[in-house]
Amino acid sequence: MTDARTQIQQALDENDVVLFMKGTREMPQCGFSSRVAGVLNYMNVAYRDVNVLADDAVRQGIKDYSDWPTIPQLYVKGEFIGGCDIITEMTLSGELDQLFDQKEIAYNKEAADKIREANA
Amino acid sequence: MAIEAHEIEALIRASFPDAQITITDLAGDGKHYAAEVVDESFRGKNRVQQQRAVYAALNGKMDGPDGQLHALALTTKIPD
Repeated sequence: MTDARTQIQQALDENDVVLFMKGTREMPQCGFSSRVAGVLNYMNVAYRDVNVLADDAVRQGIKDYSDWPTIPQLYVKGEFIGGCDIITEMTLSGELDQLFDQKEIAYNKEAADKIREANA
Repeated sequence: MAIEAHEIEALIRASFPDAQITITDLAGDGKHYAAEVVDESFRGKNRVQQQRAVYAALNGKMDGPDGQLHALALTTKIPD
């Protein structure tokens, strides 16, 4: 129990952006995880992916940590930002850009604009 | 194990009696749904807080690998 919690805390302490997801950034194993990883990949954000399917304790642990029932979960500088639906909305509204600006996370603004153009 | 759209609506309705609730079955398998909940009580809350309140209303139906509800694409809004 504490072991999963320690792993989670360590991942959040050591990385500005962390995505807890099903599968890996190269090979997502769920459409929702794939969508969020795809946005981050496309926007060229540096992030750590944690595959919850690799460890059941982490899979449950991260839900307890955030009091949030679903995967994926995106964290920026230790703060839980949201799941797939929230990240999708924030990407399309430009709020994700604002968040990255505020938290000083590097990303490709042009790519973010392209996502919005494609979904306009 | 599956769940019916009206059961999801009833669960949400119990916590948000005046909300406008729209449930859509995404895959036709009784496991993947989209829900839109429009409610005045969301005012002043961020999206995480709004959606957490809806998840809480689902009473653990999404919990665990054997949860009845595999996926719920959730949208929360404040009435215009």
